[in-house]
Amino acid sequence: MQTTKVSLTVNGKEMEADVDSRTLLIHLLREHWNITGPHIGCETTHCGACTVDMDGKSVKSCTVLAAQADGASVLTVEGLANADGSLHPLQQAFMDNHGLQCGFCTPGMLIRAYRFLQENPNPTDEEIRWGISGNLCRCTGYQNIVKAISAAAAQMNVKEAAE
Amino acid sequence: MIPGQFEYHRPSSKEEALSILSQVGGDGRPLAGGHSILPMMKLRLAQPEHLVDLGAVAELKGINVGGSDIEIGAMTTQHELISSKELAAACPIIAETSHLISDPQVRYVGTLGGNVANGDPGNDMPGLMQCLDATFVIENTGGAREVRAREFYHGLYDTALDDGDLLTSIRIPTPAKGHGYAYTKLKRKVGDYATAAAAVILNMNGSTCDSASIALTNVGDTALYAAEASDSLAGSDLGADAINRAVELAESITNPVSDMRGSEEYRTKMAGIMVRRSIEQAAARAS
Repeated sequence: MQTTKVSLTVNGKEMEADVDSRTLLIHLLREHWNITGPHIGCETTHCGACTVDMDGKSVKSCTVLAAQADGASVLTVEGLANADGSLHPLQQAFMDNHGLQCGFCTPGMLIRAYRFLQENPNPTDEEIRWGISGNLCRCTGYQNIVKAISAAAAQMNVKEAAE
Repeated sequence: MIPGQFEYHRPSSKEEALSILSQVGGDGRPLAGGHSILPMMKLRLAQPEHLVDLGAVAELKGINVGGSDIEIGAMTTQHELISSKELAAACPIIAETSHLISDPQVRYVGTLGGNVANGDPGNDMPGLMQCLDATFVIENTGGAREVRAREFYHGLYDTALDDGDLLTSIRIPTPAKGHGYAYTKLKRKVGDYATAAAAVILNMNGSTCDSASIALTNVGDTALYAAEASDSLAGSDLGADAINRAVELAESITNPVSDMRGSEEYRTKMAGIMVRRSIEQAAARAS
């Protein structure tokens, strides 16, 4: 077995591990570091439950080797809330708009929506739907997820204008 | 689900990558975005003993527009293809096609080189590259050679690549200004491979078609360049008869498998419909 040393910044914290070459990023996060926000859904690159933000890109961490992530900066849902514990506007909007039912897809949805709004701060509902097309919600609660992302965008724009 | 055991390599230059690929030969595979090979490795459909990760090889990335050819580094991602304003101006069919590949997460990491080199007939770029008459630059420790996309695909996952080879860049003749273009894809859902898809480029002279290029995705063991259908449109007025003839000629070269995406007959007919829609849209966009 070949082991590789990897160092990542996860939610602003420097982390290190020795991993088997075949270890996937999702397993490094969940099993080595107990960062269990990103979920394992399909394990076949379809569902998006394992989505994390890696160097400014949304990636499905079940299809990235931990070794490939060496040196990367990773954001998971654990890193989304503000330092004072108050919720990120996306989290608040998901709560306010009933953007989750069973909650399984939610960490992936939030992290994907986070990157999507960085790239498109004023999206139409249709653009939101295309933007989250790599994330499945098996409660089929898309209507309220789209509403929540739209509300968060408005909130974030108001906040930015005020600053 | 995790892949089997393999040795991981992370070269930081093209030279180093080629040297490792030459040493490991047929036991190794290059790792680009990984979104084809890693799922295959989880299922044990692929079991390479060595993976050569190209993620740190900066010289394999980049889009160079402006000359007679557009040159794109093999490790350029679909997301980068979609985001390039220069590429959108010179050859918009590339971003149109990239948009129809999988989903946003996959497009952030999936690469043009990986898409064309893999030899999967379900991939969208092999057909498009044949439509555009692209040339693939292939390198190994012995040097470089060029293979036209139209001659690169030999069969299912069977390409002109030999052990130790690396597809390093893609060269596309810049389409003429005012060309018409369309990539039309029928799929069951976001992220799916095509039931059938068609790429069309048209050059118009008033209401007469000067030249046309048509290629098909996922209706054979490889993507298909529809040479006769393309030639049949040249000199025509793109009227109903001309389009019907091109559709018929394109359908005649398909050989799809019957699978969960539909029967052989259905997929052949859908290929014809994709060709028809792409021609019509390309004609409407041409100037």
